[in-house]
Amino acid sequence: MPGKITNREPYQQAYYPPSPTGLTRYMRTSLIWQAFRFLVINLKILKLMAKSHH
Amino acid sequence: MSRILILGAGISGHTVTRYLNKWIGKQHEIVVVSPNAKWNWIPSNIWVGVGQMTEEQVTFDLAQLYNKIGVRFLQAKALSMNPEGNSESATPFVTVEYTHPSKVGEQESISYDFLVNATGPKLNFGATEGLGPEHGHTVSVCTASHALEANIKLQASIDAMRAGKHQTMVVGTGHGMCTCQGAAFEYIYNVDHVLREAGVRDKARIVWLSNEYELGDFGMGGVHIKRGGYVTNGKTFAESLMVERGIEWITRAHVKKVEAGKIHYEILDGSFHEQEFDFSMLIPPFAGVGLKAFDKAGEDITSKIFAPNGFMKVDADYTPRPYLEWSAKDWPRTYQTPTYRNIFAVGIAFAPPHMISKPMQSANGTPINPTAPRTGMPSAAMAKAVAMSIRDMLNGAEKPTHTASMAEMGAACVASTGSNFFTGTAATMTVYPVVPDFEKYPDYGRDIDLTFGEIGLAGHWMKYLLHHAFIYQAKMKPGWSVLPD
Repeated sequence: MPGKITNREPYQQAYYPPSPTGLTRYMRTSLIWQAFRFLVINLKILKLMAKSHH
Repeated sequence: MSRILILGAGISGHTVTRYLNKWIGKQHEIVVVSPNAKWNWIPSNIWVGVGQMTEEQVTFDLAQLYNKIGVRFLQAKALSMNPEGNSESATPFVTVEYTHPSKVGEQESISYDFLVNATGPKLNFGATEGLGPEHGHTVSVCTASHALEANIKLQASIDAMRAGKHQTMVVGTGHGMCTCQGAAFEYIYNVDHVLREAGVRDKARIVWLSNEYELGDFGMGGVHIKRGGYVTNGKTFAESLMVERGIEWITRAHVKKVEAGKIHYEILDGSFHEQEFDFSMLIPPFAGVGLKAFDKAGEDITSKIFAPNGFMKVDADYTPRPYLEWSAKDWPRTYQTPTYRNIFAVGIAFAPPHMISKPMQSANGTPINPTAPRTGMPSAAMAKAVAMSIRDMLNGAEKPTHTASMAEMGAACVASTGSNFFTGTAATMTVYPVVPDFEKYPDYGRDIDLTFGEIGLAGHWMKYLLHHAFIYQAKMKPGWSVLPD
């Protein structure tokens, strides 16, 4: 019978990428912050479109 | 009166039609040929594929709209073109075969003064044995009806998980030469989202399988963005999101064959592997639709007008060069064919000069690299430029008057990672330019201020807004032309 697992295998695919902190995850669905980001994203896309037309 | 013939009524073809109808529709005749009866907002097929939208919400009837605005619509597929006419007449024409149920199989020749090839891709499921919903074992979200079927199979998997069974879901690309990784990327996160909503995520193993060298390549060679005090490659964020959602990934893969429940694939190091699955959505490779071309004498000139992959040659520089000598200048600007001034190709139908991602081959000589994306925003931008050029050429201009090089335009991609007004998220990504220009931006090939990405609810709102705005615009409702394309 295998013993209780008390350590974690480090050298795997999921070991290396950065993980979002609790604050980052919260901010992704925070209504006030996301309303602000919505405006910022729209402005960035409008700027990008303005530069794209020839 | 001149006749402008537009082959295709997808995003690029319909954009050309809308603008030409607005600008010159009263003076000239516009004829649209499409084998499909309905227009489809393809980016929202993702939501049809997970049961969060119906087919009716992402499509509308083309004949009804075109009748209303005075455009002649033929539900037919183009078979061949005679850009110099034939032995009887010098008037160029296209031969079409009707797909409309009342005339199915009937052929007709349609003459034109200007021709726009916006036929989009042939979904080349046949390139991989066992791929696709019609003759294979995987599903697709490339059309609304494919997405409907994908959802039926997804729901069956969810039912199996509710009954306590474990399921392996594999999403990605079904061939080493696929493009459109973005659609698969969106789909895998939406599958993850609906499994969580159904309370069965713990019963599913979700695996990403793609031909990208690294995650986040998207056929654009990846992107660099500013974040946390560093300029970081998008791979980092793509991997982070996969880990966060508990998704495994396999990259550098060419799917060789799909059997019921088993995918056989090769990776760049030349090794061969198998991946079992219960549910799988794999994007097919794209090819041209197979249009033939003939000269006045009836000689086949297809290879002069089309590249070997069936896409139409335009004003790009097709000279073969090694990767390190590729340049932003290779990319087409006007989308006019070099031989015939009255023929243009836009959207997926034009032949790119080469890929954007670096070409790679496995140890066995199998090409495994994403091909260049040219859908969505770039499609509409080049379509509008071509519409403006044709309008001006009809008014006397000698040459195309507008350009829309993918090396001089940006693109925004909002990739849904879960649909819900309060808890949904989407990854918003912009790149400028789409094709990197290392002569202008030596470090990363792109403007780092206009190339960015973030994940959040705002992205979901954007995606939802774009869905409604683009369908409103495509239906040509009041004020459509002031909306951005």
